[in-house]
Amino acid sequence: MAVLGPGPASFRFGSVLLILLILSGSSWTRDVPTGRNDTRPELNRERDGQNRDHGNNATKHKAFPVLELNYDYVRMPFEISLWILLALLMKLGFHIIPRISHIVPESCLLIFVGLLIGGVIKAIQEKAPVMDTKLFFLYLLPPIILDAGYFLPIRAFTENMGTILVFAVVGTLWNAFFIGGMMFAVCQIEAAAAAHVSLLSCLLFGSIISAVDPVAVLAVFEEIHINELLHILVFGESLLNDAVTVVLYHLFEEFSHADTVTVGDAFLGVVSFFVVSLGGILVGVIYGVLGAFTSRFTSHFRVIEPLFVFLYSYMAYLSAEVFHLSGIMSLIACGVVMRPYVEANISHKSYTTIKYFLKMWSSVSETLIFIFLGVSTVEGPHNWNWIFVVFTLVFCLLSRVLGVVGLTFIINKFRIVKLTKKDQFIVAYGGLRGAIAFSLGYLIHQDEGSKDTRGMFLTAIITVIFFTVFVQGMTIRPLVELLAVKKKKESKPSINEEIHTQFLDHLLTGIEDICGHYGHHHWKDKLNRFNKTYVKKWLIAGERSSEPQLISFYNKMEMKQAMMLVESGSAAKLPSVMAAAPAAPAAPAAPAQTAEQQSEPTPERMIPKISKTREAEIRRILRANLQNTRQRLRSYSRHDFFMDPFEDNMSEVRFRRQRVEMERRMSHYLTVPAKQQETPSVRKVWFEPEHKVYTYDKNESTRPSDSAALLDESNQRADGQSEREKPTRCLSDPGPDEEGSCFLPS
Amino acid sequence: MGATQTHSEYQYENMVGKTGFSTEQIKNLHMRFQQLSGNEKTLRREHLKNIPALANNPIKTEIIEAFFDKRNQLDNELGSYEEIGFEEFLMVMSHFRPLSIKTSEEERTAMRRQKVRFLFNMHDTDGDGKITLEEYRKAVEELLSESGTIGQEGARAIADAAMLEVASTNVPNLGPDDFYEGITFEHFEEILKDLEMESRMHVRFLDMNTANLRCGKTSS
Repeated sequence: MAVLGPGPASFRFGSVLLILLILSGSSWTRDVPTGRNDTRPELNRERDGQNRDHGNNATKHKAFPVLELNYDYVRMPFEISLWILLALLMKLGFHIIPRISHIVPESCLLIFVGLLIGGVIKAIQEKAPVMDTKLFFLYLLPPIILDAGYFLPIRAFTENMGTILVFAVVGTLWNAFFIGGMMFAVCQIEAAAAAHVSLLSCLLFGSIISAVDPVAVLAVFEEIHINELLHILVFGESLLNDAVTVVLYHLFEEFSHADTVTVGDAFLGVVSFFVVSLGGILVGVIYGVLGAFTSRFTSHFRVIEPLFVFLYSYMAYLSAEVFHLSGIMSLIACGVVMRPYVEANISHKSYTTIKYFLKMWSSVSETLIFIFLGVSTVEGPHNWNWIFVVFTLVFCLLSRVLGVVGLTFIINKFRIVKLTKKDQFIVAYGGLRGAIAFSLGYLIHQDEGSKDTRGMFLTAIITVIFFTVFVQGMTIRPLVELLAVKKKKESKPSINEEIHTQFLDHLLTGIEDICGHYGHHHWKDKLNRFNKTYVKKWLIAGERSSEPQLISFYNKMEMKQAMMLVESGSAAKLPSVMAAAPAAPAAPAAPAQTAEQQSEPTPERMIPKISKTREAEIRRILRANLQNTRQRLRSYSRHDFFMDPFEDNMSEVRFRRQRVEMERRMSHYLTVPAKQQETPSVRKVWFEPEHKVYTYDKNESTRPSDSAALLDESNQRADGQSEREKPTRCLSDPGPDEEGSCFLPS
Repeated sequence: MGATQTHSEYQYENMVGKTGFSTEQIKNLHMRFQQLSGNEKTLRREHLKNIPALANNPIKTEIIEAFFDKRNQLDNELGSYEEIGFEEFLMVMSHFRPLSIKTSEEERTAMRRQKVRFLFNMHDTDGDGKITLEEYRKAVEELLSESGTIGQEGARAIADAAMLEVASTNVPNLGPDDFYEGITFEHFEEILKDLEMESRMHVRFLDMNTANLRCGKTSS
């Protein structure tokens, strides 16, 4: 109970939770075959009941049983659901207790709960559910990786690809050999009493413990909001080192069963590394292209679109695992390849579904992994060997630091934006180990005589995991504050930034061409061109395939804006306001009025006044978007916009301000006497970052007749403008955005 | 190489100081300059227009114009040249130098300002110190020109929205009677400050003499 804070409500909640946990724990264990029947009163009763029934039917008439107990029937799904439910309740509980969640990262709390449960189960003297390796690798890990891979920030990832690869491959190799070698040396020390451990076993151990774990990194780094560069470096490394880990693990395991190791074997090992990684990526790309191609045809059956994404990705993972290729890289490649094309094809609802399902599954997986880690710790075969464990820990940290510093020294010669000492420290400190290492440890075969070894290894692995997750996980946040490491920037890319990002791309490509050498930008440009001329035609449906990126970006922004408007204001005000918005910048503020009121433009104004035809054009374009939005909005149900848990807390305030501002603008535009209203202080236009996409359904594209009709309709409504309509509760899809919302520019 | 050895070395020393390139880099760029200009002493617009790789670039005209823009020469003059010599060419290229790890904070800010100034000059074609709506529209249109499907209104709508955004960020209390003339340099800096131009706007200049220097032969 120490974990629960003061206050009667949380106390009661916590105690209820604990009781439920104990019950579930005992229910689970009861059905794990232990061979002991004395603690199963329920099942006995059930058997008796059945016997009684059979017997009774044969002899005399028995009353029809109104209530029966048949637990066996639902045992498996019942317990799985109960576990998941309780895990999530725990997660919820942590957030209700605010103080704890600020100090201790969630992963630590979950492991702690797992430990408690494991302890309780052990106290009941039952066998606890251990994290089965198959369960972990086939069911728990893929959702997390898919979620990470699908939403990987491509630009940052590719810009730092070289650095990430060096850290992942060379860094992991260095770690594995250093730790393996040093531990072998430690094992030779008399006091360790572990002289029977062979070099290969130590190397195997080294390869297991050396890899940075994506689950742990995600869990910790997500909470500290560090700047994008560091995040992508550590996270990218944790993803890409899977290939190295797979190869090393299988290599050493094979070797430890073989009698001799030749140079040829070592060479084959190197070859197998390339096969594993490139093969994994190839499998992922194939499935990604298939998925993108399929999504081109789903316009008639939108409901199953998300399923295609999930299934193709999962198949990619499983197919890679069949051949012992790197499943993680396959999954990442599939997600990355599939995403731009799929998102151009699928509907807005499907996109939201995909996003939320991925986040949901990965959240559940993560929670379960950490709890199971705690439970398995209490349960697993332990062999505490002080020297071994302590030295393992020391060497892990040492090798990580040395590796990062050494590699950065070399990498910085090739990087433009160098990594500072602070960056290096965070990268080194963020090398957390996690459940993958644990599961791989469990996989080690139990040969005769090495049962102790296995126990020793597992204990050491668990200790390292605990240390990194608890100590490093907890202290990284205050360290980040202390070192004043740059945090993730809060503002959204605006349209100016988007314009200039593209402008810069073209500019730098042009300068490279003038300079005459084919650099980074040149190849990127070539790839984009190839993508546009060939690939997009095949994989994106309809005329979306020729849409330039800036346009899609702008459309997404408008869509978001329009939804915002309908959400916060009344729908009727929409057309005039939206028309006012672009009309205004063309002649910001006053000349819009001047165009209406006065007919002569003042000579020193360089901006031409907006003619009526221009206005109509602008309005038509925007109307097209709004019409789509409004049609879509009517079909939505549930989901209050403000209740979106990922939404920024400030959205409510912003909407209010925005509504005020909208009314102000409208009143100007329509020459109604302006109401005295406060000037909102922030009027920045915020737009969705690129990867939050909104798409059109093809059948909802602009139809001129409709726009004209709406134009008239809106004019009429606009004329009778002075009264304010009641703001309609926007039945809109929650904008899938955990950061912010969008203003109407004012 | 056309120039005499001693003469060019003396010049190089000057340029190292002015532009911050190393001697090796200047030599390579000089070679490139001579390739482009067909071994003449000055470069004209046609020479740059003839580079085949540039043909696909949507903002080709602006880039070429930037080389001939006097404002990029740090002389504070206005107008444009008809032809430029190697020094001017180098000066323009120096805007794209990458940062080194030893740059101090002031140098970093100065470099960023210089790069943003370059971008500003590219947009502000009439040289009045402001980017007006027309100029911005033109820039966006050019950016979208290679796709061709979106047409003018789309480009205008985007440019308008962008302009509005600049206005609202920089002049928060824009009253109903105010008039937003155009984006000044300070406003431009402000809206781009998150892009960290000093680390993004750079091209890798070769230190070593590689055989990579190819170009479309501008003259035979």
